[in-house]
Amino acid sequence: MKRTDEKSVLERRSFLKISLLAGGGVMFGLTTEHKAMAQGRGTPGPAPDPHNYIKVAPDGTVTIMAKNPELGQGVKTMLPMLIAEELDADWKQCRIQQADFDDSKYSGQSAGGSTATPVNFTPMRQVGAAGRALFITAAARTWKVPESECTTSSGKVMHQGKSLSYGELTAKVAELPSPDLANLKLKDPSEYKIIGHSQTQIDLHEIVTGKPIFTIDIKLPGMLHAAFERCPVLGGRVVSANLEEVKKLPGVKQAFVVKGPDFTGMPVGYPDLVDGVAILAETWWHANQARKTLKVQWDEGAAASGSSTAFAQRAAEMSKQPPQRTLRADGDVDAAFKGAAKVVEAAYSYPFISHAPLEPQGATAHFHDGKMEIWTDSQQPGAGRRQVAQILGLDANDVVLHMTRGGGGFGRRLTNDYMIEAAAIAKQAGVPVKLLWSREDDMEHDYYRPGGFQYLKAGLDASGKIVAWQDHFISYGEGERFVAAGAIQAFEFPQRFVPNYAMHSSVQPLGLRTYALRAPTSNAIAFVIHSFIDELAEAAGKDTFQFRMDLLNQAPAVPDGASAPPGVNAERMKGVLQLVAEKSGWGKKTFPKGMAMGMGFHFSHQGYFAEVAEVTVMSASPNSHKVKVNKVWVAADVGSQIINPSAADNIVQGGVIDGMSELMNQKITIEKGRVQQTNYHQHGMMRLAQAPPEIEVHYLKTTYGPTGLGEPALPPILPAVANAIYNASGKRVRSLPFSDSGFSWA
Amino acid sequence: MAFKLNVNGHTSTVDAPADMPLLWALRDILDLRGTKYGCGIGQCGACTVHLGGQPVRACITTLAMVKDQPITTLEGLSPDGAHPVQLAWEEIDVAQCGYCQAGQIMSAAALLARNPRPTDKDIDTAMNGNLCRCGTYLRIRAAVHKAAELAHAGSPTHSAGSGAQRNQE
Repeated sequence: MKRTDEKSVLERRSFLKISLLAGGGVMFGLTTEHKAMAQGRGTPGPAPDPHNYIKVAPDGTVTIMAKNPELGQGVKTMLPMLIAEELDADWKQCRIQQADFDDSKYSGQSAGGSTATPVNFTPMRQVGAAGRALFITAAARTWKVPESECTTSSGKVMHQGKSLSYGELTAKVAELPSPDLANLKLKDPSEYKIIGHSQTQIDLHEIVTGKPIFTIDIKLPGMLHAAFERCPVLGGRVVSANLEEVKKLPGVKQAFVVKGPDFTGMPVGYPDLVDGVAILAETWWHANQARKTLKVQWDEGAAASGSSTAFAQRAAEMSKQPPQRTLRADGDVDAAFKGAAKVVEAAYSYPFISHAPLEPQGATAHFHDGKMEIWTDSQQPGAGRRQVAQILGLDANDVVLHMTRGGGGFGRRLTNDYMIEAAAIAKQAGVPVKLLWSREDDMEHDYYRPGGFQYLKAGLDASGKIVAWQDHFISYGEGERFVAAGAIQAFEFPQRFVPNYAMHSSVQPLGLRTYALRAPTSNAIAFVIHSFIDELAEAAGKDTFQFRMDLLNQAPAVPDGASAPPGVNAERMKGVLQLVAEKSGWGKKTFPKGMAMGMGFHFSHQGYFAEVAEVTVMSASPNSHKVKVNKVWVAADVGSQIINPSAADNIVQGGVIDGMSELMNQKITIEKGRVQQTNYHQHGMMRLAQAPPEIEVHYLKTTYGPTGLGEPALPPILPAVANAIYNASGKRVRSLPFSDSGFSWA
Repeated sequence: MAFKLNVNGHTSTVDAPADMPLLWALRDILDLRGTKYGCGIGQCGACTVHLGGQPVRACITTLAMVKDQPITTLEGLSPDGAHPVQLAWEEIDVAQCGYCQAGQIMSAAALLARNPRPTDKDIDTAMNGNLCRCGTYLRIRAAVHKAAELAHAGSPTHSAGSGAQRNQE
């Protein structure tokens, strides 16, 4: 996203630009050196410029642009709230409009890493404050009074009983130079009327009345519906297909082969466009039905040997061999193990899982006038636009991207394969095309959360303190490269809290695409580490809460060196751990047989979360156990401000339920390179009757800047429930999902 | 084959194969895109509509199975979003991504039509076929209770019946 054109250079000057719009409104823009824009990723985009965000009509209606992709994380509501607060607009009178992807106007148009809050909290408030300052100036000049005597409220400027609405001032605002961003005074949080107050989601009325607002709902004149048949083995190439027969089927208008780019090597770096056969029809059902008649001869390629059974066997062999790499070594673990009073070893594993957002992947594309126009819901639209341009040989500026509402993301829409497919099909078809994946397409062709194996060993001294920690992490990759989202941090907790710490890794090749799933790596690692910590607490004869507090009190065990890791802030983690213990009544309750609590904590995506689950385990036989999660307590430290409390609670509760689905039922396996699960009945998610009646969420307000919630709420629930199940039943399960060990939800 | 479908009080003729699921006739032929596709095998409930007042999965209900039974989709539940379930969903701020909610709302409306004061257990039973990938289940439970309350409060627009009758005037 390099920005070198003249416009963006101009926009970086620190003054406000105002222009009258055709519709009679005013868009005003203020610019700044965009260093304030603490970009979460990539190169910096354009400065936050209200010209691109706010439109005030003469009747006072305020339109605020929502710049980021909305997939249910609530950002279309949250970012405009920040602007409206400092603008002093009446939230109920604001109209929120989804922006297109446009890197000449907006920066950070992506959804991932729980970054929207930390990245945008300041610049979006500055956008609003700059707007408010302009209206004050315009009103003060009208009345010939000092600006300092004017106040604002709900879209009006006031002075000693007089008032002018923003709508009445828009024409005057157009004449004014802008305030300097750096000189704007932002509100004290005690003055907030919108931020910190629950606002219902912007699209909610459209959702409950069935308006066509999702990607799947896009409709263009003359559009055909497309289904796309891919090789069941990743990287397979089309040799031939019975296209003529397919074209004769009812409703079918076109059928053709789409070729993916040539590539070499495996498993890292498969292109996002794979070979396949596109079938275009008058309805999607006609197109998808035609796949039953379609016969494709595939050259399946090297990935056809992939086998989950073989991966597990190979991992077990590798665990007995010296690790391929040592990612980190503090102190001397071997010496510490020799001197330890107790040594505990355990092998943990977790499977590949699928994102499976409820809206299957889809995109509508129309190639016209030399431009590719696309409607879809990417979490990384900028990357998608670049990829479309590259694969189709277009200039990136000739790829126009409309960001539609997505029915869930969870990381699935960080990759743009479906956008690229739709564009490639539409270019070849010559008509507008809506591509829709079937659920089976989705489950069989995901970029999966990588599975992994962890062989842990820890030493305790006579007092029960952890003196040594070693992890042999076995993942997938080639040489020193892990597959996407298949790495581990060298400084993964409890690094720095234990004097002797070693993180080793080994990899084996994989013929499957992988990528980030909500709380990537953390979603699996928290289960491993906090299950093992409970095992260690038991070996040490200590309460697991106290054992965790003792461990956190050991920081920093290693003096900070040149490669000192960012790691966990022990004080913040202790804060949420104490809070969750207090709220859940940890250690103060007595339970009947089969009922117990468990806990876990995790730091990820700048958020500190500790969670406690209370469960009842009913065992019908030694191999059949029903689990009811009675209640969950969550304690979170995501800084100084919860922007939209209603949305925050909803997302946290959803993260907890999502994590429980991963714990109990989700697993993707492959044999002969083919994914064996096809739909939700084989990759279950928690259902309403299985969900706990209550998930209590508590926020620990701290002085740190506000950070995100979407991801860090998820990881601790896995060990919290796993540990509760152990405490209730005596069954220590070290391999996900628990359904493989005879567990199911009550 | 030509099928006469009574959808949300209007009769339309659809020329399509008898084995075409109702879902695709609604979405791609009748342009009623509020009903969603999630799994195609009756697992997720995103495509729930009312057929003769009963909640069914439109993805596995073929046109041949519809016969002369009236169909209500989310668009036909109320003319203006004022069905108590819709009002409750807004008041409780239920949705995250919102994709499953068409089906959730239709299942909830069908439940309340036959059981105006459902218990938690009734809700669990009636709503268990509707998956929510975002995990908004706690709010769904609360919103069904809220809808029952609103319906009980009882203005005419707060009738919790299937929208089909009201829209057939």
